[in-house]
Amino acid sequence: MTPDSAVPDTTVPDATGHFGPYGGRFVPEALVAAIDELTAAFHETQDDPAFRAELHALLRDYTGRPSPLTDVPKFGEHAGGARILLKREDLNHTGSHKINNVLGQALLTKRIGKKRVIAETGAGQHGVATATAAALMGLECTVYMGEEDTRRQALNVARMQLLGATVVPVATGSRTLKDAINEAMRDWVTNVETTNYVFGTVAGPHPFPLMVREYQRVIGDEARAQVLDRVGRLPDVVAACVGGGSNAIGIFTAFVPDKTVRLVGFEAGGDGVDTGRHAATITGGAPGVLHGARSYLLQDANGQTIESHSISAGLDYPGVGPEHSYLHDIGRAEYRPITDAQAMDAFSLLSRSEGIIPAIESAHALAGALDLGRELGPEAVILVNLSGRGDKDVETATKYFGLGS
Amino acid sequence: MTALSDTLAKARADGRAALIGYLPVGYPSVEVSIEAMRAMVAGGADVVEVGIPYSDPVMDGPTIQAAAEQAVRNGVGMADALRAVSAVADAGAAAVVMSYWNPIDRYGVERFAADLAAAGGSGAITPDLIPDEAAPWLAASDQHRLDRIFLVAPSSTDARITATATASRGFVYAASTMGVTGTRTSVSGAAQALVGRVRALMPDVAVCVGLGVSNGDQAAEVAAFADGVIVGSAFVRRLLDAPDAAGVAAVEALAADLAAGVRRR
Repeated sequence: MTPDSAVPDTTVPDATGHFGPYGGRFVPEALVAAIDELTAAFHETQDDPAFRAELHALLRDYTGRPSPLTDVPKFGEHAGGARILLKREDLNHTGSHKINNVLGQALLTKRIGKKRVIAETGAGQHGVATATAAALMGLECTVYMGEEDTRRQALNVARMQLLGATVVPVATGSRTLKDAINEAMRDWVTNVETTNYVFGTVAGPHPFPLMVREYQRVIGDEARAQVLDRVGRLPDVVAACVGGGSNAIGIFTAFVPDKTVRLVGFEAGGDGVDTGRHAATITGGAPGVLHGARSYLLQDANGQTIESHSISAGLDYPGVGPEHSYLHDIGRAEYRPITDAQAMDAFSLLSRSEGIIPAIESAHALAGALDLGRELGPEAVILVNLSGRGDKDVETATKYFGLGS
Repeated sequence: MTALSDTLAKARADGRAALIGYLPVGYPSVEVSIEAMRAMVAGGADVVEVGIPYSDPVMDGPTIQAAAEQAVRNGVGMADALRAVSAVADAGAAAVVMSYWNPIDRYGVERFAADLAAAGGSGAITPDLIPDEAAPWLAASDQHRLDRIFLVAPSSTDARITATATASRGFVYAASTMGVTGTRTSVSGAAQALVGRVRALMPDVAVCVGLGVSNGDQAAEVAAFADGVIVGSAFVRRLLDAPDAAGVAAVEALAADLAAGVRRR
């Protein structure tokens, strides 16, 4: 593929939400009216200076944007001496990039006159962000979370409850993010007249992949300017972890037209892609339809979704956003798996070498950066999206490393 | 004309609504589910919806979810569903497949249409496929002369009802309430209003009503204003309560009660 052909059409998605063959709307008819309303309101507000100003003020004064860019030279020593720069989404209010999107969607909820929001959550970061925005804006909030995840992310359950949200543990299927989305969809189809679904990632039916991208692209817009200012040139690689893929799309989007910049997404390899116990959707999946859109997904020969596995609740999802499938197929972005063990090594290494405890999700991108640095050498500049902080993962890490008394 | 269209026309000529029953293939086993479908026909169902179980049934309530989850775990596939379709057709009823889109997409749309027609099926109901995304299915169902049933809901705009009914063939599935599948104690008033809207916009299209009907009285109520009465969860409940010959007998008894309901004047 020539570099020219690797630059995607800037009009993706098209008017009906398609990224090449991916995306679209595979939803019950009962939801179409609400999704149409949401799409119209989204486009209207994107062109509304007052809405943009209100969102910008919240991102600045409530979230704390712009988030800093941090050089991590001691960590970089382990990455072949490459220069590693972290985009510090972990320092946002609520502790991850999820708040960027949620504030936009919560404002949109008010704009369309709905009083109740629902959300799915895996690690709990999107749930906490939604509960936070709901508290701020006076919206009723219900968060669906897989039972397995309520156990491994108990801290975030308590945070959501403190913020006034109702947390509903989902005990069907794999009891993780996939099933939380199913249950949230069932709530939405039942209560769509009063309720807006604040979706947490760049998956789902149109307009979510577009809308979440546009609310998250602030990460890459800021980071691109910060790297140019700090380093005097563009990075060689931009790295991010990919579950549904919102933090990755958020940091990739500004760099997509920069043909010299490699975009690399790191999927959750779990025990290893060859073991079958993983969540590496693009690496180990095939195109199909899940949760309202066509994209890569983990599925068996009968088209049944295969349960994913990852130490990271936020990446433990058998689907991926349709734009990632598109960027993969046209060769503009690369996707690689990182095992649980690699991620936990990087988690520990960043904590000890730089005094930053990352989310286990983000640790997948850090592990990827270690590999990329060793491949590219000391001249390389690697921008990593540190999408969240690791406080929520202390219990998992304690168990994994055998810490404590 | 498919067996489905034929059946609906005959019921209409008799001055009654058709009875359409749903069961997922593969619960409690492929064999028992097929027996239960035959029993449903023996009890008086005009049309059987052969459900393809799916791992992520976002339109279904707890009853159908429970059966589907077990069937998926049993490894049920398209070959089993096609065998059920043939059995239903042999038993003398019209058979339609009811499936979320991914199992059909994975099997191959063209291959599905060819194999469904060969098995004697009349068409398919696709609850998460709207006509906007259905181009390959529209083409394949045309080529193999299959019916394609899309859904309308109380929230559908007039423009979408018209477009959906235009794309549909066989009948239009009116989802009577906003929500997931499951039995309800009363039939929603929204159902009659929705059927009225479809009729006003598209007078020649058959409209069948689903979501919530569980007994002969409710069936009679819906039959008064719809071309067909669709019953799902109540049948599945019979098998969940007794996943054996007793459940199969209960399915037949329920079908008889409902069949009497759709004939009540």
